[in-house]
Amino acid sequence: MSPGLSSLKQLDRRWIFLAVALLVVIPLAVGIHIAPVAPSPRTRGFYDAIEKVPSGSTVLLAGDYDPSTVAENYPMHLAAARHLMSRDVKIIGLALYPGGPPLTDQVLRLAAAEYGKKEGIDYVNLGYKAGNELVMSQMGSSIPRTFPVDRRGVPVDQIPVMHGVQNYANFPLLVSISAGYPGTKEWVQQVVSRYHLPMVAGVTAVSAPEYYPYLQTGQLRGLLGGMAGGAEYEVLVKHPALATRGMDAQSLAHVFIALMILLGNLAFLGEDRSRRR
Amino acid sequence: MHVSASPGVWIAALLTLGIFSFLYKDNPVYKFCEHLFVGVSAGYWVVLTYYSSIKPNLIDPLFGVPFAMDRHLLLVIPLVLSLFLFSRFFPRGDWLSRWSIAIILGVYPALRITGFAQGDLVQQIGGSILPFWVPGHPMTSLNNVLLVGGLLATLVFFFFSTEHKGAVGGIARVGVFFLMVSFGASYGYTVMARVSLLIGRVMFLLDTWLGVVRF
Repeated sequence: MSPGLSSLKQLDRRWIFLAVALLVVIPLAVGIHIAPVAPSPRTRGFYDAIEKVPSGSTVLLAGDYDPSTVAENYPMHLAAARHLMSRDVKIIGLALYPGGPPLTDQVLRLAAAEYGKKEGIDYVNLGYKAGNELVMSQMGSSIPRTFPVDRRGVPVDQIPVMHGVQNYANFPLLVSISAGYPGTKEWVQQVVSRYHLPMVAGVTAVSAPEYYPYLQTGQLRGLLGGMAGGAEYEVLVKHPALATRGMDAQSLAHVFIALMILLGNLAFLGEDRSRRR
Repeated sequence: MHVSASPGVWIAALLTLGIFSFLYKDNPVYKFCEHLFVGVSAGYWVVLTYYSSIKPNLIDPLFGVPFAMDRHLLLVIPLVLSLFLFSRFFPRGDWLSRWSIAIILGVYPALRITGFAQGDLVQQIGGSILPFWVPGHPMTSLNNVLLVGGLLATLVFFFFSTEHKGAVGGIARVGVFFLMVSFGASYGYTVMARVSLLIGRVMFLLDTWLGVVRF
């Protein structure tokens, strides 16, 4: 084994942390541009599904995440809200994560301010409800009974956007922005398979591989995986924002980590060979 | 550069740096931040659950409207069952909590099993029945062959009723290859997720806290 590779095994891992930190901070601070973001078929499926929703209809937007995954879920959540509002589609937001409602509020208010939409008329945030799959199941019977009031405490029968909304049959699409359990998987199992409601999802990168089979079977029409999926979607809706700005730092960190994995394996391989000799 | 004057932003920024300090080594500041997070999360969850579920679904319909036997009786049942859960604090009456737990255990697995059977099992088996040759689409044909072949080989790897020797052993080894590709893809996505979280925090520190860059 070469001395260089041998010394790599003695390297204090804190140097690697420092290198990753610099590779993330510098591109974000300086604004380096490495490569354009090209949308994948999965992201295009997400975009196309929203494009097919008729103007004036109402879509269910589930923001099942909390501040721990804001970096991944928030940009795609905001981009989806902007896309829906730009097409005059009404939004009924909710969250099955306790920490989700303030984020849904922020997303809906930000997008509404940009497109001149009004709370209660063009969108509503029903807030959080404990119960996971039970909430999904009960919404199939009656959404007003499951969510008697919105996040502000206003009874849903006094909210114009909720008029005529009884259950999943009233939606042309379900948009799930999800960090884990309960989230996309449970929406597919409890709602898509039972009520045949078309669905698209934006998920954290760590959970994305779990949802590829749903794309294969058509249970999901589109999928945004992590910050990269969010950036691709921002490109499609022609509104580059947080995810797109983070992609250069992401790419540099990935190259460095891949290099470290390669060098680590070479060091291990070299040591293994010298031991055999 | 426009450093934030908001106390909330400063607290969030200092707590972020406190948690990051663990990367250098474990220290009391990190421990403080960790414990604070656990405590605040628990408190937030309790208050949120009360105001989003218990109050609108139980307290208000039970005590905020005129008495009606049928409606109130339906609400008293979950109220009593939820109170039974607290009987675990009293050793002589803790058996009462088993009734509530029995209902939870009865409903949840049933709901999840039916959801899994409808959403995963049947649909995924259907999704793996694919033609090996799609005229005019050689790449789709190749994908279908890889998917079905990989699925069968992986299933053979998890079939333990026969010793993995000869042809069975060979197919199982191909299954291991597909599993390794799957683990590699998952690991790649995990790296992306962790780097994304770091990017999110750095964006917060540079933008919201220090005001060095506007994202």
